[in-house]
Amino acid sequence: MSQTKPGEPLDPHDDESPRMRAVVGSDRIEEEIFGRVFDGKVTQRIWQFVRPYKRHVAISVAAVVTFTGSQLTIPLLIRYAIDNGMAADAPPSVLLGIVALFAIVVAINFVASRVQELVTGRMAEDVLFDIRRAMFAHLQRVSLSFMDKTEVGRLMSRLQGDVNSMQEFLETSVLAIGDLLLLFGIVVVMLWLDWQLALMVLTVIPILFGVRILWLTKARAAFMAAHEANSITNGALAEAIHGVRAVQAMDRANLNAELYGQLVDNTYKAQLRASKLSQIMIPIVDTLTGSAMAVVALIGGLMVVSGRIEVGVMVAFLFYIQRFFDPIRSLTMQYSVMQRAMASGHRLTEVLDVEVDVKDAPNATPLGDGDDGSVEFRNVTFGYDPEHPVLNDVNFRVNSGETVALIGPTGSGKSSSMALIHRFYDVQDGAVLVGGRDVRDVTQKSLGRHIAMVLQEPYLFTGTVRDNIRYATDWADDQAVVDAAIAVGAHEFIEALPQGYDTMLAERGSNLSLGQRQLLSFARALVADAKILIMDEATANIDSYTEMQIQKALQRLLEGRTGLVIAHRLATIRNADRIIVLQQGRLIEQGNHDTLIAQGGLYAQLYQLNYASFDDLPDELSDEDRARAT
Amino acid sequence: MTRNTQSGGAVSSDRIFRRTAAVDPHAGLGAIARITRMAFAYPVSAGLALAATVAAVLMQLSIPVILGRAVDQTQAVAAAKADPETLYPIALLLFAASVARGIFTLVQNYTAESVGHSLARDIRNSVYGKIQTLPFSFHDRTHSGDLITVGMLDLEGVRMFFSTALVRTVLLGLLIGLGAALLLSTNLTLGLLALSFVPFAGWRSTVMRLTLRRTWLVLQERLGVLSQVMEENLAGIRVVRAFAASEHEMAKFEVASKSALELSHQRIETRVRNTAAMTLAFFVSMGLVLYFGGRQVASGEITLGTLATFLTFMTILQMPVRQLGMMVNGYARASTCGARLFALIDHEAEIDSAPDAPDLKITNGTLKLENVSFAYAGNADRQALSGITFEAHKGETVGIVGPPGSGKSTLMHLIPRFYDPSDGSISIDGQDIRDATLSSVRQAVAVVQQDSFLFTTSIENNITYADPFTETRQIRGVAESAQLHDYILGLPGKYGTIVGERGVSLSGGQRQRLSIARTLMMKPAVLIFDDSTAAIDAGTENRIRTALKEYAKDCVTLIVAHRLASLMHADRILFLEHGRIVEQGSHEELLKLGGRYCDLHDLQMRPNAEILAEKGDFR
Repeated sequence: MSQTKPGEPLDPHDDESPRMRAVVGSDRIEEEIFGRVFDGKVTQRIWQFVRPYKRHVAISVAAVVTFTGSQLTIPLLIRYAIDNGMAADAPPSVLLGIVALFAIVVAINFVASRVQELVTGRMAEDVLFDIRRAMFAHLQRVSLSFMDKTEVGRLMSRLQGDVNSMQEFLETSVLAIGDLLLLFGIVVVMLWLDWQLALMVLTVIPILFGVRILWLTKARAAFMAAHEANSITNGALAEAIHGVRAVQAMDRANLNAELYGQLVDNTYKAQLRASKLSQIMIPIVDTLTGSAMAVVALIGGLMVVSGRIEVGVMVAFLFYIQRFFDPIRSLTMQYSVMQRAMASGHRLTEVLDVEVDVKDAPNATPLGDGDDGSVEFRNVTFGYDPEHPVLNDVNFRVNSGETVALIGPTGSGKSSSMALIHRFYDVQDGAVLVGGRDVRDVTQKSLGRHIAMVLQEPYLFTGTVRDNIRYATDWADDQAVVDAAIAVGAHEFIEALPQGYDTMLAERGSNLSLGQRQLLSFARALVADAKILIMDEATANIDSYTEMQIQKALQRLLEGRTGLVIAHRLATIRNADRIIVLQQGRLIEQGNHDTLIAQGGLYAQLYQLNYASFDDLPDELSDEDRARAT
Repeated sequence: MTRNTQSGGAVSSDRIFRRTAAVDPHAGLGAIARITRMAFAYPVSAGLALAATVAAVLMQLSIPVILGRAVDQTQAVAAAKADPETLYPIALLLFAASVARGIFTLVQNYTAESVGHSLARDIRNSVYGKIQTLPFSFHDRTHSGDLITVGMLDLEGVRMFFSTALVRTVLLGLLIGLGAALLLSTNLTLGLLALSFVPFAGWRSTVMRLTLRRTWLVLQERLGVLSQVMEENLAGIRVVRAFAASEHEMAKFEVASKSALELSHQRIETRVRNTAAMTLAFFVSMGLVLYFGGRQVASGEITLGTLATFLTFMTILQMPVRQLGMMVNGYARASTCGARLFALIDHEAEIDSAPDAPDLKITNGTLKLENVSFAYAGNADRQALSGITFEAHKGETVGIVGPPGSGKSTLMHLIPRFYDPSDGSISIDGQDIRDATLSSVRQAVAVVQQDSFLFTTSIENNITYADPFTETRQIRGVAESAQLHDYILGLPGKYGTIVGERGVSLSGGQRQRLSIARTLMMKPAVLIFDDSTAAIDAGTENRIRTALKEYAKDCVTLIVAHRLASLMHADRILFLEHGRIVEQGSHEELLKLGGRYCDLHDLQMRPNAEILAEKGDFR
C-alpha cells in the first residue's frame, strides 16, 4: 500500500523510523455511566416530574402490594389443600372451599398485576416524555453561547439515552418495592410455618446476596467492556459507510478491512467474556437452590416423620424456595439501574439548570408595525468571555431602508454584531437599538418578527419545499410562498422537482444544490416579510450562473427593507449604500466605495488586491501582498 | 453540491433495506437455512450446545419427579413403612440434579451464545468488506442510515437466532414433549389439566411477541422522526432563533412526541394484557389440578408425591412456555434481518478487478479518453457524457469548465473507475483501466473530492490516509504545499489534533486544504481536483497553486472549477455543455474564440451589477 518511488533520496536527518499511522473508527469519549447510588439533589429534581403523577404512583404501589400478597398466599393455600382438604377423612367441601379461595386469590392476582404493570408502565413513559419536553423547551431559551459550545450529539444523548435511563429507573423502582416485599414476605411466612426449618433454609439467602453482589462488580466491568468494544466496532462501520467514497478514492479498503478485523476480534473476545460471566451465576444459584431443596427433603422430611410439621408445610417450603432467587436478582440489578439513573439524572439536571441569560424584561413591550427599521449601536462592547471583548466601543447607525455592507477579516466581530441586533446575546456595555428602542426593552418574539435573517449556510429542515419556505410564518398562505419563490427566482427549479412545492427535502436538502438551498433561504426570509434583513453572505464559491440569480434575488430581498449584510462578494459590497469596515472588534472605516477608496485605508488595500472574495482574509496581509497593493 | 443534482435529477434512493418493508417469504426461509448452516460451521460449539440442552432438559424434568419421590417417601417413613435412612439418597439426588441442571444450562447458554458471537464476527467482516468495495453507484442509491441499520441491528437479529430461536426450539420441544409424555402416562386426566394452559399461553405469547415487534418497528420510525425534529432544531438553532420560531418548533415536537407516546402506551397495553392472561391461564390450570388431583389423593388414586410432581412440573414449565413467543419472534426476526443482511453480502460489486488482471504499469504517464459516454443508472435516458475524447501527458494541466450539470464531475469520476463508462474507453499508458487491478488504478489516479470527508482521527492520520507507512517529513511536505502547516502548528495538539465528526471542526477551506494534502501524499500519475478549492480564498489558492507546480511535473493534472482563476493557467481548457466538449484550447485561445468560455469569463470578471443591468434576465 505504500508506494514510495524508488530512487527517492531519504532524508538522513529524519531519524524517526516509519510507523503505521492507520486506524479505523475512533476512540469514543465515554461518559460516566454509573453515579452515586443516591443523590438527594437529583432525586428532588426528578421528583418534580413525578409529582403530577402522584395518584398513579399510589395506585401502582397499592397494586404491587396486593399482587405480592396474592403471590405469597398461593403456596399457603396449596399447603392447606394438602393438609386439610386431601386427608382421606376430610369432606370434599373443604377442598372445594380452599380451591374457591384459591380462585379468588388468582383473580385478585390477575387484576392487581394488570393494574400495576399498566399504571407503572404508562406513568414511566409519561414522565419520560415530560422530562424530554421540559429539556427541549428549555434548550429553546438558553443562550446561544451555551448552544455554541455544546455539541448537538451530546445534547441528543441527554434527550434520549439519559431520559430513557430515568424511565427504566422509574419502572423498576415500583417493581423493586414488590421484590423487597416478596422476599420479606417469604421469610416471614417460612418462619411462621416452622422457624427452625426456615432458619436452615434461609441461610442461602445471605449467601445468594453476597455472591450476587461480588459477581455484579466483575460482571458489570465485563458487560461494559463488551458494550464499549461493540460501540467502537460499530463506530468504525459507520465511518466506513459515511466515508466510503474517500476510502475508495485512496484505496484503503484492504488495510481497513484488516484493521476492522482486529476490532471485530476484540469485540468477539469481550462478548465471550461477558457471556461467560453472565452464565456463571446459573450453576451457583442452582447449587444453592438445590441445597435448600435437599435440606427440606431431608430435615423437613424427618420433621414430618416426627410429626413436628405436616407434609403440606414441606410442599409449601419447596414452592417458596423456587421463588427465592427472582427477587434477589431484580434487587441487585436495581442497584445498577439506580446508579445509572443517578448519573443520567445528574446530567439531565445540568441541562435543565442552565441559566437563561437572555429573557424578556418584565415590562417588555412588543415592537410593532409603528416602529421603523433603523438599527443603532451605541458604544457597544461585547465579548463571549468578558475578559476578551470581540467588540469594542462600536458606534454606528443604519437608517430605515438603507443597505449597509459589513466587511472585515475573520474574527473582526462582524457575526457578533449581527447576533447582537437580534439579541442572541446581551451587550456588556452600551446599547443596541432597533426601531429606536433598546432591544432589551422589547419582547424577543416581536424582535424576531421585525428582523429576518439569512445565515451563511442555508439550513433546511426535513419537510416539503413549501414548509421550508413558510417555516415559522404560519400566517403566510400558499400563494405567498409561491410569490416569494418567484421573486427570488426559485420558482422554476422548484416546479421542476418531482412533486413541485410538495417535494420532500432529503437530509437537510442534500438533493438540492447549494445555490438552490440559498435561494430557498432567501424565499423564507422574504415570506417572513420583516423590516430589517440581516444576512451573512455565503462564502462558498457558487458557479457564476447561480451566482447571478442570487445577486438578483438579493436585490429583490432588500427592496424597501433595512439591510445589514456581512458581505464577501464585491458585487454585494458595491451595491451597498454604505460600507462599514471592522477590524479586531473596532469600527475602523465607513463610507461608500468611492470615499473609502479615496481614504486609502484597509478597504482600499483589499480592493486593490482584487480579492474576488473578502472572506478568509489573513489578519495581517503578507509582505508580498502589501508590496502588490502599494 | 451533490452528486444527485450533478447527474441531472434527484436519483431517489431505492430504500432497498427499508425496515418496515415486507421481506419475500422465500428469501426469509432461505435466510434461516443459511444462518443454520453458518451456525453448524462451528460444529463443536453448536453440537455441544444442543447436547447440553438435552442434558439440561433431562435434569430439569427429573427434579419434579425426585421432589414427588421425596414427599411420598416421607409419608412412607412417617407411616413406618420405610426406613428414615431412605431419605438421604433422595435429598442427595435432589441436590445433584439441581447442580447438574445448573452446569448443563451454563454450557448450553454459553456455547449457544459463542456460536452467535462467532457468526457475528464472520458476518461483520463480510459486511464491512462488502460495503467498502461496493461501487459509488450502489452508495448513490442506498441511504447510509439504512446500511448502518443493516450492519448493526440486523446483525443482532442474526446473531441471536441460534441461542434464542434454534436452541430454544429444542429446549421447549423436549421439555414439553417429554414432560407431557411423563405426566400423561402417569395420569391422563390430571396430565391434561396440568398441560391445559400450555397451548393458550404459547399462543398468547406468540401473538404478543409478533404484535410487539410490529409496533416496535413503527415506534422506531416515530422515534426516528422525533429525534430528527430535535436534532434539526438543535443543529439549526440559529435559524430557529432568527425566526423567533420556538413556538413553531415546540408544536412540531409535540406532534412527533405525541404520536410516539401513543404507540408506547399501546405497546405497554399489549404486553400487560397478554402477560396477565397467561398468568391467569396458568393459575386456572393449577387450581384445576389442585382440586381434581386433591380429590384423587383423598380417594387414594394417586399419592401426594404425584400431585407435588404435577404442581412443580407446572411451575417449571411456566417460564419457558411464556418464552415461546420469543422463540417465534427469533425466527421472524432472523428471517427478515437475515434476508436484508444476505442481500447486502451477496450484492455483486459491478466494478471490480477483472480476474487475473495485472497491475497498471505507469511508464510515461499518458491519460487517454476515447469516445467516452456515460449515463447514470437511475437516469438511463439522459446521457450525462457523450463522445468525450481527449489526451493528456505527464506534466500537463487540463482545466474543465461548464455550467452546472454539464458532466464535469461525472467525467472526473470515470477516470479513477468510480463508475464505468457505458461506451468508449479510458486508458493510462495504453492500458485500459478496466483491464488492470482496481487497486492499482485507484493508486494511480487521485481525486480531491468536492465534499472532503475527514476521518475522526488525528490530522496526521488523515494526511497519511492513503499511505500510512510514510515518513514524517513527507507529511510536513504535503501540509506545507497545501498551505496548512502553519495552521496545524497553531492547533493545541499540532499534527496530533483530532479532526472530523467528533474532533476539532475545521472550516470548509481548511477541510479542502487537508483533503489536498492527503491526496498529494499519493503521488499519483493523474491528479484530479474536482471543484475542490471553492472554499479556499483566492490568495491561499494562489500559493497552493505555486506549491503544486513541483508535483504537477510528474503527473497529469485535471482541474474542475467554477472560478476561472483556478484554471486559467492550465495548458488546455475543455468547456463542457450537456455532456459534450464544446470548446477547447488555452485560456487565450478560448477568449479569442469569443464563445461560451469568453461569456463566462465576462460574467466573472466584471461586477455582476453591470451584467445584470445589461443582460436583464440571464439564462
